[in-house]
Amino acid sequence: MLRYTKDHEWLRLDGDVATVGITPFAQEKLGDLVFVELPGVGAKLARAAVAATVESVKAAAEVYAPVSGEIVAVNEKVVDEPGLVNAAPIGDGWLFKMKLADMAELDGLLDEEAYQAIAK
Amino acid sequence: MAEPTASALKHTPLYDLHVGLGARMVPFAGYDMPVQYPAGIIKEHLHTRAAAGLFDVSHMGQLDVRPRSGRLDDAAGALEALMPADILGLRRGRQRYALFTTADGGVLDDLMVSNLGDRFRLVVNAACKDGDEAHLRAHLSEQCFIEPLRDHALIALQGPKAEAALAAFAPEIRSMRFMDVRTLSLFGDPCIVSRSGYTGEDGFEISIRAGKAEELCRALLTDQTVAPIGLGARDSLRLEAGLCLYGSDLDRTTTPVEAALEWAIAGPRRAGAPRAGGFPGAEAILTQIARGASRRRVGLEPEGRAPVRGGAPLFCGETDSASVGAVTSGGLGVSLGAPGAMGYVRIGSARPGARLFAEVRGKRLPVRVCQLPFVTLHYRRT
Repeated sequence: MLRYTKDHEWLRLDGDVATVGITPFAQEKLGDLVFVELPGVGAKLARAAVAATVESVKAAAEVYAPVSGEIVAVNEKVVDEPGLVNAAPIGDGWLFKMKLADMAELDGLLDEEAYQAIAK
Repeated sequence: MAEPTASALKHTPLYDLHVGLGARMVPFAGYDMPVQYPAGIIKEHLHTRAAAGLFDVSHMGQLDVRPRSGRLDDAAGALEALMPADILGLRRGRQRYALFTTADGGVLDDLMVSNLGDRFRLVVNAACKDGDEAHLRAHLSEQCFIEPLRDHALIALQGPKAEAALAAFAPEIRSMRFMDVRTLSLFGDPCIVSRSGYTGEDGFEISIRAGKAEELCRALLTDQTVAPIGLGARDSLRLEAGLCLYGSDLDRTTTPVEAALEWAIAGPRRAGAPRAGGFPGAEAILTQIARGASRRRVGLEPEGRAPVRGGAPLFCGETDSASVGAVTSGGLGVSLGAPGAMGYVRIGSARPGARLFAEVRGKRLPVRVCQLPFVTLHYRRT
């Protein structure tokens, strides 16, 4: 089950490790991505801190940490092939994985229905 | 107090076509314009260089300048008073790139001028067209009628397959060379067609009555090699071709010499020539030609993958505090598969191969000064 932020990030939980990416709505709005900058493994981020940057042909956009935690993995494939984020934003186009610092922060995220209501 | 409502965006004659083709529309120079179609900017860019891209550029200003005396040379002389170009020497059926200059030697707009026999046709930037019209009226009204075209579309067809696609409707275009201009009939309407464009590829720009524009575009689009292209790809194409975007790479604070556009300052208008000077900013510009300018527009090749965009300051080193210039345009060089940019750099640091640093989101990214264009140009000169 995916959870979302109002800034169009999605999060998939597996134990206390979350996989994070940008939503299909976000990739569509951005257009063809040409560059992705990911955080370093080991970086500790507070919720809403800038975690990554995605750049389309026209502009750069920041990706925020949906929850606080430590980066435990990043998806090197999207660095080599930014278009993967457009093609598979929820699958192979994931951006990074983080180990949650505080499971209670999950309550602040949107569920599918709440997110679809704002993804217009 | 109530919020003032934004004025409605203008539509070109092709607005319905764009929406029907699934374009994503964005405001540009007061118009609702397609930034991309469903294919996306990258595919549209690559298609233009491989086949034929169809662009709506009707938002740009088209104006005719007609001599009151009936003698075209009078209009040419009048135009020469506003630009360092050779308009008296511009033959009928030819087009030329020109610059409106300011009293300080800066650039008011860049434009194309065509000799149509009884008048000159000017094509100017959309964002500048009202100002350019006022500029022409203020200086030329006595000698010329200034006639903005209010009922014409402007369509660009660019790429290696553009000639074949357009020749299906007007076979005579095959004999046109780069910068030729002709009047021809398309769908029963007289159109002005030039062999020129803004992509670095061979191509044509077609001025056609608004009522016929959609018919022309739909007909061209039935050809499988022709695809609609939005403003997003238009920008990445021109960037690779090393062409300036007025408002980014050229403005009132940049002289033609600083902009590496000395070639647009015609020989007959230079110091010692028959019609030397006589345009706004002539003293400053001719002095810069003689002595050199203190900065220059150059190409920049980021060494990494991150695009470097307009506004990024440039430095000689990773920690120095004094910038040596700034990026004015940049993005992904789609055909290159790598980022590219252009900017102004102080003369001492502007030689090709020089390694500079662009500051992007607080980090200094290495870039190398390089020649423009980034891609091979394919103008049909012979």
